[in-house]
Amino acid sequence: MDGTLVAELSASLSPDRVHNDHLEQVLYGRDASLMRGDAGVVCFPLTTAEVQACVRAALRHDRAIVPRGSGTGLAGGAVPLEQPLLIVTTKMTGIEVDLDNRVVWVQPGVINLDLTRHLKPLGFHFAPDPSSQQSCSLGGNVANNSGGPHCLAYGVTSAHVVAIEVVLPNGELAVLGGLGADPAGVDLRGAFVGSEGCMGIATRIAVRLTPNPPAVATLLADFVEPAQAAAAVSAIIAAGVVPAAIEMMDQRITQAVEAFVGAGYPTDAGAIVLVEVDGLPGGVAFETEKVREVCMAQGARSVRVAADEAERMLLWKGRKTAFGAVARVKPNYYLHDTVVPRTKLLDVLRQVYAIADRHDLIVMNVFHAGDGNLHPLLVFDAREPGILDRVHAAGEEIVRASLEAGGVLSGEHGIGLEKQPFMALQFTQPDLDAQARLRDAFDPDGRCNPAKVLPAGSRCGDLAHLDAHHRERLLADGVWV
Amino acid sequence: MSAGPGPLAPLPDRVVRDPVLLAFADEVGGVDAGPVAVEGGRTQWELGGRSEPGTRLVRAPAGVVAFEPAEMTIQVRAGTTLDELDAALEPAGQRVALQGLPRAATVGGVLCVGLSGPTRLGHGHIRETLLQTRYVSSEGLLVTAGGPTVKNVTGFDLCRVLVGSYGTLGLLAEVTLRTRPRPQATAWLAGPADPADLFDRLYRPMSLLWDGETVWLHLEGYPEDVAVQTAIALEAGLQPMAGPPPLPTGRHSVEPGVLRRFRPDRAQRSGFVAEFGVGVVHGEWPGPTQGTPDASVVTLNRRLKQLFDPTGRLNPGRDPLAPSNGKADHR
Repeated sequence: MDGTLVAELSASLSPDRVHNDHLEQVLYGRDASLMRGDAGVVCFPLTTAEVQACVRAALRHDRAIVPRGSGTGLAGGAVPLEQPLLIVTTKMTGIEVDLDNRVVWVQPGVINLDLTRHLKPLGFHFAPDPSSQQSCSLGGNVANNSGGPHCLAYGVTSAHVVAIEVVLPNGELAVLGGLGADPAGVDLRGAFVGSEGCMGIATRIAVRLTPNPPAVATLLADFVEPAQAAAAVSAIIAAGVVPAAIEMMDQRITQAVEAFVGAGYPTDAGAIVLVEVDGLPGGVAFETEKVREVCMAQGARSVRVAADEAERMLLWKGRKTAFGAVARVKPNYYLHDTVVPRTKLLDVLRQVYAIADRHDLIVMNVFHAGDGNLHPLLVFDAREPGILDRVHAAGEEIVRASLEAGGVLSGEHGIGLEKQPFMALQFTQPDLDAQARLRDAFDPDGRCNPAKVLPAGSRCGDLAHLDAHHRERLLADGVWV
Repeated sequence: MSAGPGPLAPLPDRVVRDPVLLAFADEVGGVDAGPVAVEGGRTQWELGGRSEPGTRLVRAPAGVVAFEPAEMTIQVRAGTTLDELDAALEPAGQRVALQGLPRAATVGGVLCVGLSGPTRLGHGHIRETLLQTRYVSSEGLLVTAGGPTVKNVTGFDLCRVLVGSYGTLGLLAEVTLRTRPRPQATAWLAGPADPADLFDRLYRPMSLLWDGETVWLHLEGYPEDVAVQTAIALEAGLQPMAGPPPLPTGRHSVEPGVLRRFRPDRAQRSGFVAEFGVGVVHGEWPGPTQGTPDASVVTLNRRLKQLFDPTGRLNPGRDPLAPSNGKADHR
């Protein structure tokens, strides 16, 4: 049934970059969440014109389109529903530095860490640094408004994107934002960042060059009790210090990571806090001392400052490979990404442990503590009968506890498919309706990544085609997400 | 999915119950209540076009709703002035990155206009300060956009399009803003220097102004760091100054790279003050300016307005697409 579509796409791109064999469809039916969809034709454009050709072909054949980067998303945002045309941007890897404007134009397939490596000799970097930065792409970072440990001081992706060239869902090209100081019109750039592929496909992205800090210090504070660690995090911020990053890891995850990469973490600690301060040397020295003082006052057993770059990198390696280390404990994990007010961190963390206990589940906490962004990992073996219901129930309780503390549903992973049902806990009907209007301005026909982010019923007639039957089919082999 | 798409009800605290906000929504009224606009401090009133005659003017409520210093956020009603905002934050050693804007302006007003002050080089765009807003829609409903925490990607980012929308998409009633620690030290220096050379030698200055001849440098931070940066500036030929130059009336937007390449002749100097590294030019700009937006961008703006305000009752006459180049700004 896809014969004509494939032929047209093959003519516009090249036959080797248009796939519709079963293996590719299965492969691209998933992202890094546990949900599964059905990919239709999968294509790999190289240029903006080729992306336009893909979108126009989909229009002619009345097919939905789903943009996809590296597929590292954790919320099912790139999971294709009902065999759409999947536009994979991984082969679009061009980088053009514009030093005069202190920006770099990238194609969406550029890998986050590759960009920072590319910029290093010039004395700059791209500040958002998700833990998946070795594999996630800039297009995906834009789609999810990605964060990372260093967003505490530097801000998330939206604060670093200056302009975006976008192929709109109708196939037209638009440059949102611009290099000039005050682009005309409302901030469509800001609307597009974090729109999870629902407003078009970014084909070129101008991101700000962030100067590499002249001085950096990384501290590891070691606490007996997670409560002390959480209190230290709040106390650092309350002391008027905004470090580049404050990360916290509890004992279970610390032990798993230590066994996995040997980062030099104390495995008998109840929790560790990783703090990085950067900037000019005077401030770094002052803040290092201040952070040490605050941590000791909150009961830290020790505060170690990385002695050299190698030790610093090792401390970060442990943090950034935490999710991989989880596989050593159980084969599956499910995590939420809620944000709570920083002053409620301790309270919500206690509730997370109590919820996991109540459902007889293992929970591991590794998260961006400085901005209150929790990542409680419920680890489990999906083959165990009945466990999925418990994971589900615990997950919903964690979401409720976070929102009741005045928090929000997602800090950086996005909503995608997975977190969609919870949107109605955080937002009222008029709130959701306003978001739906924003999306409709870009995509009046709901053609681009349909049925994502906003739950069914956000507006009249929305998502009517996605019934309960279809939702059940999304689950990969009985795995609850 | 066992959680299912089933209807979960919003948590009680997500439904706006503040009687002050509800009264404001009533005052704005629904689609039958006719054209309406919010009057703030009138400090940037002419930007984006003139309000159409016959538009009913209302005032947004004022006052601090909540400020928890350890959170580094503040929730205020949109009619609060920048002066009042600063006064609330000062005792805690904090501030909001809305520096250099008129003190009599309202928080809601400066966000609706969306033009940053001259510390944008150091602080970033003023849109980054807005975490959550409660606004009154064209239908007269209170809508919450964004979230109260310092980090949030839940749903589509309505806050971004509201900043700079001139009150044409919704009328801001209340905002939650990100705060920052006040700096321990601050310095102003000025003198004839090459701004590009100085910019490349400094680490993240707060602002670098240039009139074609003279450079004004604003530094903030820890005393030791400000001293080190000051030494670089002194070596480049700058001298300590009390503060910034008066900014001439008029505002243009250029790419920051244009300022690096532009070499004004004698007659062109001193009629403007440019924000180096940003691209805002105050006064008469003799150099090249930015082009007009794509037709597709114009269409998107028009469609957004149509969807948010189908009857065109919100602040008629003002238009975010109206060219800001050359228009008088607040100085």
